Amino acid sequence: MVRFESVSLSYRGGGARGVALDVLRDVNFDLAEGSFRWLLGASGSGKTTLLRLMNMSLRPTRGEVIVLGAPTSSIRRNVMPRLRRQIGVIFQDFRLLPHLSAFDNVALPLRLGGRPEGQVRADVMEMLRWMGLTGKLISLPEDLSGGERQRVAIARAVISRPRLLLADEPTAGLDTTHSERVIHLLRELHRLGSTVIIATHNEAQVDRHPGPALLLSQGSLVEVG
Amino acid sequence: MRIPSLRPARFDELGLRRALADRMVPFLVGAMAFLAALAVAGWMGAAMLSGHWEGGAGATLTVQVPMAGEPAMSGSGTRLTAVKALLVAAPGVESAKTLTDEQLNALLRPWLGADMKDLAVPVPSVIAVHLTGESKNLAGLADQLAQSAPGTIVEDHAAWAGRLGTLARSLQLCSGLVLLIVTLVTAAVIAVATRSGLAARREAILIVYQLGATDDYIARRFATRAAALASVGGVFGGLFALPVVFTLATLAAPLAGRGVPAPTVPATFAFLPLPLWLLPMILPAAAAVIGYLTTQITMRQWLRRLP
Repeated sequence: MVRFESVSLSYRGGGARGVALDVLRDVNFDLAEGSFRWLLGASGSGKTTLLRLMNMSLRPTRGEVIVLGAPTSSIRRNVMPRLRRQIGVIFQDFRLLPHLSAFDNVALPLRLGGRPEGQVRADVMEMLRWMGLTGKLISLPEDLSGGERQRVAIARAVISRPRLLLADEPTAGLDTTHSERVIHLLRELHRLGSTVIIATHNEAQVDRHPGPALLLSQGSLVEVG
Repeated sequence: MRIPSLRPARFDELGLRRALADRMVPFLVGAMAFLAALAVAGWMGAAMLSGHWEGGAGATLTVQVPMAGEPAMSGSGTRLTAVKALLVAAPGVESAKTLTDEQLNALLRPWLGADMKDLAVPVPSVIAVHLTGESKNLAGLADQLAQSAPGTIVEDHAAWAGRLGTLARSLQLCSGLVLLIVTLVTAAVIAVATRSGLAARREAILIVYQLGATDDYIARRFATRAAALASVGGVFGGLFALPVVFTLATLAAPLAGRGVPAPTVPATFAFLPLPLWLLPMILPAAAAVIGYLTTQITMRQWLRRLP
């Protein structure tokens, strides 16, 4: 499902003659289809970068990233959108479209996938109801609280039941009740067959929902469990 | 529970309707369409004048016969009748008509200011000759006329009509160049507007792209929007240009041997060639095609750089 083979990523800082900054160093792991992993590590350890590599929004400097069975270094451009539609991403900064209502933001992956409008409505309504956002259907992101925006972002990521779900600090800023609901939702998706990777630095949450983890430290994978 | 009034046909996930740059496109394309309409009208007007001059004045000769009433060198008639007989019999001559005294007076009055009978100098008879347009041996004809009536002068209008024709063709070329420049500027305006739109909506495009939208989908959405805006500009440009073109055509009508149209709908409609009346339809279509293709190219270049 997801395999990292000697993956490194470095940025060149301070212009062309700047020093190369290693964000990830020689990362190797292999996740089977339907697996669940916590992605742990301190801030700046490379968790978001790792997720972006899996989402194909970044390319490694060295090594190979294989996502949904496709090596990203040699993947044809016209195949990528179909793969991306099988990946759900909960971004740390939500990345909602500011000019679309909560309903339309959540409906976006389904519409891009060509789902009939009748099904889109039913599925989105159900998802928003589950997220406790029934009264916010037509609200724009700017009219939502931080927690509500986060729940809309989560709903958008899971609405199409992706094969691979990448969650970057999905519960940061949510109260305990909503955090638990979100984690239950993600675990439910995992139970239904999705591969789920949740990046977090909330150790208490991991303790409440124990599971295998990838631990990153300063760009290196120090533990694969 | 009320479900939001969503109409996927108007679903605007890229926020295309919100960009300020897009509002400028119809105005700028409209201005370009206006210039294009003038260029097309210039092209057609120049072609019409060229045809008129080369088919009219270019196909005529003026023959001056001095001492027209004197006996001809050969035959029994006067010099005038002999010259006219030779002209009528010559190949390529459609008609030869001697100008009356009134017609000669009318021609000379602006320069001499008096009746030619009062002039001290003898005035030659003038024959207006219309040619069929076939190849003609004017030098040979002039020799023949001079032998029969020495002193006869043949004036060929083809030379200056040819120069006017060259001028008209140059004007056509200029109109074509203007049309080309207008097309390129329109494409540039739309490319700049697209890039501006890209900058304004970069985040939205990236989100939609990462959610699985194809390059083709995003480029088509932008291109369709640009084509719609450009066609609106084309409609306005064409509509504004039409009265201007009509006025210019009215001013140029006497040069093409035409009168001002009667104030009736059929006469007004018949006054301009059909393609000019169709400009408010042709220009939007052309603007839409330019807008669509330019935006597709611009968008695909930009999207190709995304991972």
